[in-house]
Amino acid sequence: MTRKPRDKRMTIDEVVAELESGMTIGIGGWGPRRKPMALVRAILRSDLEDLTLVSWGGADVGLLTRAGKVRKLVYAFVSLDSIPLEPNFQRARQAGTIPEVVELDEGMFQTGLRAAAQRLPFLPMRAGLGSDVLVNNPWIRTVTSPYDDAEELVAVPALKLDVALVHLNRADMHGNATYLGPDPYFDDLFCMAADRAYVSVEQVVDTAGLTVDTPVQRLLLSRMMVTGVVETPRGAHFTTCTPDYERDERFQKAYAAAASGSDEDWTAFEERFLSGDEAAYQAAVDAFAEEAAQ
Amino acid sequence: MSDMTRADVCAAAIADAFKDDGEIFASPMGLLPMLGVRLARLTSNPDLVISDGESLFLAGTPPLFAKGDVVEGWIPFRKVFDVVAYGKRHVMMGATQVDKHGNQNISAIGDFARPKRQLLGSRGAPGNTVNNRTSYWVPKHSPRVFVEAVDIVSGVGPARAKAAGAGAARYNDIHRIVSNLGVFDVKGPDDTVRLLSVHPGVTVDEVRGNTGFDLAVDGDVPTTREPSMEELIVIREVLDPKGLRFKEVPDGA
Repeated sequence: MTRKPRDKRMTIDEVVAELESGMTIGIGGWGPRRKPMALVRAILRSDLEDLTLVSWGGADVGLLTRAGKVRKLVYAFVSLDSIPLEPNFQRARQAGTIPEVVELDEGMFQTGLRAAAQRLPFLPMRAGLGSDVLVNNPWIRTVTSPYDDAEELVAVPALKLDVALVHLNRADMHGNATYLGPDPYFDDLFCMAADRAYVSVEQVVDTAGLTVDTPVQRLLLSRMMVTGVVETPRGAHFTTCTPDYERDERFQKAYAAAASGSDEDWTAFEERFLSGDEAAYQAAVDAFAEEAAQ
Repeated sequence: MSDMTRADVCAAAIADAFKDDGEIFASPMGLLPMLGVRLARLTSNPDLVISDGESLFLAGTPPLFAKGDVVEGWIPFRKVFDVVAYGKRHVMMGATQVDKHGNQNISAIGDFARPKRQLLGSRGAPGNTVNNRTSYWVPKHSPRVFVEAVDIVSGVGPARAKAAGAGAARYNDIHRIVSNLGVFDVKGPDDTVRLLSVHPGVTVDEVRGNTGFDLAVDGDVPTTREPSMEELIVIREVLDPKGLRFKEVPDGA
């Protein structure tokens, strides 16, 4: 009998059942690109609260802050790209409903994840020096080079995560996963910075299938970094998941309009798209697309 | 050329900001900076390395928002951060506010704890400004943008960099601020914003009146050079035949 690595396939709800209120959760992707939105939507439906969110933010941050799930937000920007300012995030910041906010330079953010991934307390870099990142986060310290230059640099603290959630194109049942689009973003770092990492994918395939028509360099995640695998087609909607699909600009526009509209507008959006499970969401998105095409 | 527009002048002024950079990664944020960088690459500085704004280095110089046919490299975000630290990069960013000392704000307006208006977040501005050459593009010059002191310092000007020590100041290089009215650097007294030239048809008083701080002016201020015939043809017929530049700087403005 051949022994194989374990099968890590789970459902969306099984992933969320393993999360707890108060956790620090890193969300992969970048702005409105390849975000694990199906998992984010499942958190929205859950009773999780008091989360610390670590994200180069897009609608993931917008949705979770609007829903009041976030006690602390660590970000460098929050944007929808074609719509530069994320309306739900903007609203939450202006209403003061995110109790604690840590705004970093976007490179510091990578360095912080890298420090966590390397199990270091910090890594030095220049970014942050002289800027209000250090003024608004007085807990971030500097460190003096022990060498002759004696330069003072930022000691970027490790962004240690309890859990990482990422979305890639393909994985096998063991957690090896490939990205097929233009940019890996930082999903490997998120997984390595976390105690547990869950990867959702468009499709689960055989291990051999991962490299049958794809260069091995696209295997971003090794199963040793991954706790659970979820197959969730169109699970990054409405963000990009190139080449499986691009951003749903029409839907994003509708999202942004509802988010920047009245409370009634937002409630209507929530009721139409976010009140059911993932299958209901995808069906509502299909209906929206059909309506728009008419 | 009598039908030269303000947008064409701005594009050439932005191109000039990159002409002496040599073989570095030119990172324009926004439409006019992209046009200016590509203009420089087709005229004054063919060695510039440019990207599609996503993840590819482009061997050719395609029109705005067109796909490049030949790719010469891969530049995903993680490698952008490497190049920032490596230093061979000149970024031209936007600025919701820029102040007398060349500090820039794209984070938020008002008090950071409870902003009146939340903007993007500081993005890469803190890191850019202490690692690689940084310029700013302001399509609508006004006292609301050019303020005495920015509400939040995202991009670090030279005075703040010096105050933060050698680690910050060593590679701080705020090169140019180009607006729809003129061209500036930060070499005024005590590292303040200085007017280098006014665009054709703009007066020094007009620039002063639209600037919310006391602007450094050395003697007679020259007029920003007009784009050459070659540049106008490249702008109009190659890079921006659809006239997208007029969305940022309207014709007749």
